[in-house]
Amino acid sequence: MQTFTGFVIKEFRHILRDRHTLLILFGLPIAMLMIFGYVVRNEVNEAKIAVLDHSNDVVTRTIIQKLDASSALSVTRHLTHTGQIEPAMRAGTIKEVVIFEKHFKRKLQRSGIASVQLITDATEPNIAGLIQQYSLAIIKSWQPDDQFLQTSSIGVQPNIQMLFNPQLKSVYFFVPGLIAVILMIISAIMTSVSIAREKETGTMEVLLVSPLKPYHIIVGKVLPYLALSIINIITVLVLSTWVFGVPFRGSLLFFMIVSTLFIFSALALGVFISTQTEDQRTAMMASLMGTLLPTMILSGFVFPIPSMPVALQWLSNLVPAKWYLIIVRGVMLMGTGIRYLWLPVLILVGMTIGLVAAGVLNFNDRLE
Amino acid sequence: MQIFRDRGMLVVIFVMPLIELVVLAYAATFELQDTPFHLVDYDQSAVSRQLVRDFEATGYFTLVGRSFDIEEGINQILSNEAKMVMVIPPNFSEALHSPQQANVQIIINAVNNSTAGLIKGYSYAILRQFSRGVLMKAQRALPTGQLQRIKVTSRNWYNQTLDYTNYMVPGIIVLLTTLICLILSVLNIVREEELGTIEQLNVTPIKRYQFIAGKLIPTWIIAMTVFSFSLAVAYFWFGVPFRGNILLLYLTTVVYLLVIQGIGLIVSTRANTQQQAMLINFFLIMVFIMMGGIFTPIVSMPEWAQTVAHANPITYFAEITRMILLKGSGWVDIDWMLGVLGLMAAVLVPFAILTYRKRTV
Repeated sequence: MQTFTGFVIKEFRHILRDRHTLLILFGLPIAMLMIFGYVVRNEVNEAKIAVLDHSNDVVTRTIIQKLDASSALSVTRHLTHTGQIEPAMRAGTIKEVVIFEKHFKRKLQRSGIASVQLITDATEPNIAGLIQQYSLAIIKSWQPDDQFLQTSSIGVQPNIQMLFNPQLKSVYFFVPGLIAVILMIISAIMTSVSIAREKETGTMEVLLVSPLKPYHIIVGKVLPYLALSIINIITVLVLSTWVFGVPFRGSLLFFMIVSTLFIFSALALGVFISTQTEDQRTAMMASLMGTLLPTMILSGFVFPIPSMPVALQWLSNLVPAKWYLIIVRGVMLMGTGIRYLWLPVLILVGMTIGLVAAGVLNFNDRLE
Repeated sequence: MQIFRDRGMLVVIFVMPLIELVVLAYAATFELQDTPFHLVDYDQSAVSRQLVRDFEATGYFTLVGRSFDIEEGINQILSNEAKMVMVIPPNFSEALHSPQQANVQIIINAVNNSTAGLIKGYSYAILRQFSRGVLMKAQRALPTGQLQRIKVTSRNWYNQTLDYTNYMVPGIIVLLTTLICLILSVLNIVREEELGTIEQLNVTPIKRYQFIAGKLIPTWIIAMTVFSFSLAVAYFWFGVPFRGNILLLYLTTVVYLLVIQGIGLIVSTRANTQQQAMLINFFLIMVFIMMGGIFTPIVSMPEWAQTVAHANPITYFAEITRMILLKGSGWVDIDWMLGVLGLMAAVLVPFAILTYRKRTV
């Protein structure tokens, strides 16, 4: 037992001595949280657009002013003829051109209809859609007073209620996924590299002749990262609640239990990868490809799973993070508990047991 | 040559990017596909049934449950079976044909804010369409004399079909090329240091810059190969258009890779172990990628982030790639961006070489 404790302490010391790595292991989650909280968005804010006003009368000028006044759009160029449209769009400085036809006001008064054309840069489809929507809404909202009453009560009025995230903040959606990603980085990647390093530098042999049993070695290697992971989760949670106001509506205990489960699965994955590789470099690449990338891409962290092709949706079922995310989002944002989440929890338990078994068995095998 | 000797790495370098490219390209979309919803229809009229059919007919919405209790619907949301609950009030059909307003309540699970926004947008559009249909059938007399309507038509340039792949795939190519280049160049130096072979090389008559060039060039070649390969996949498999000048794109890539290698070199001269190098490297990549407009557009970012993005080489490379491929932009449009990249390369690479000198001395 004493040798074991000594081993664990040595591992901890190793990590603590590596100031740079430590900095990153703590700094990375915080930086990622900041980025996802403040930077990564799908909304539209002061998008640069241009106008080509063939009429230049009161009506068009009013509409243009309204477009500029809205927080979503910003009129940065006033074009003077059609030939300027293509170069402006190609240069990428504006995302849309709003074209008003000639004699706009006159046409409205005489024949009741005047035309506006929108040309949008659809390179990024959703943004293009949003810009179009905003432009459309603003243009249509221009109504001479006498008709406003008539047109507003026609048809169906939807009453939309947004549950769990009424302000539609991106950060609510990203924080759970971020936790999963950070855990993967720390647990899977660091563990696999750490064990591989022992193998590479040959100190593994030394460990094996010591009175330490194989599972002692595994646990010893893994313990520091377990501790690190838990500290990181708490940090991220605290930050996201205080700085970003992300709610935590469910049971903290349930969350910690499930998270520890997930950490185990990640650690097991790390151990397993280390058994398959000979040196650090391959371990790093393998764990990057095998754990981090699937976690980031297929788990529903950023890209919604229902939007993916069926084959990928099926594949995502194999990624532990996917199930973890369902649980965390449920607990944090929807306030649900084991009653609604029993299935994902069961699956996660199964996966963890399987991975731990695979990791330990392989480790023992490889040593022979 | 050493790189080629390592079979494992070879597989990783060529096969992995391909797999990642394909998987990521297919997964990376924010389009709305299947929205399961729960229906609470208190009206049960022909017209309310028509509304539901209209929603389903778009292909974006699928009915997964119906009841007379809103709580049931919320339950389905909580268990992730449904994303939305539609509640039609009891007097719906009467309200439609009277001057009163007809209401429909739509409750959306907004955990995924971007999906929720899309659901809201689509719902609005469907309801607008539905309203128009009902009105035309009922033939309400509108005082057309006084009604002034603005007709808006819209055109989507560069991406007629609003296909997300056209946006994502160039970004993914940039991502992959950058990753490979950075990882390889960082590992190069650090590995030598760790294995002690640096000492050996220091004794040879090879000059410093020759040494570094010797490290840079294979990495550079491999990165260019990966880049070309990905482009081919993008064009033949994904049908991403190639509207601009390929040579211009390659010129940009050449300069860009130098920038990345410069960064990689600087990182490796600072790091003590391979693990550290990789970690720092990874950290940098994450930050640069998130802030470089690869997955989410720069226009959506807050002002300060957009300013920072100007210092990010990935921003320029991603933008140039998209512009050349999708818009057919030419020299005139990108010259200033290329200039910035060139400046970065001119500053970073010599800096890397000079700081390296300090380490070995």
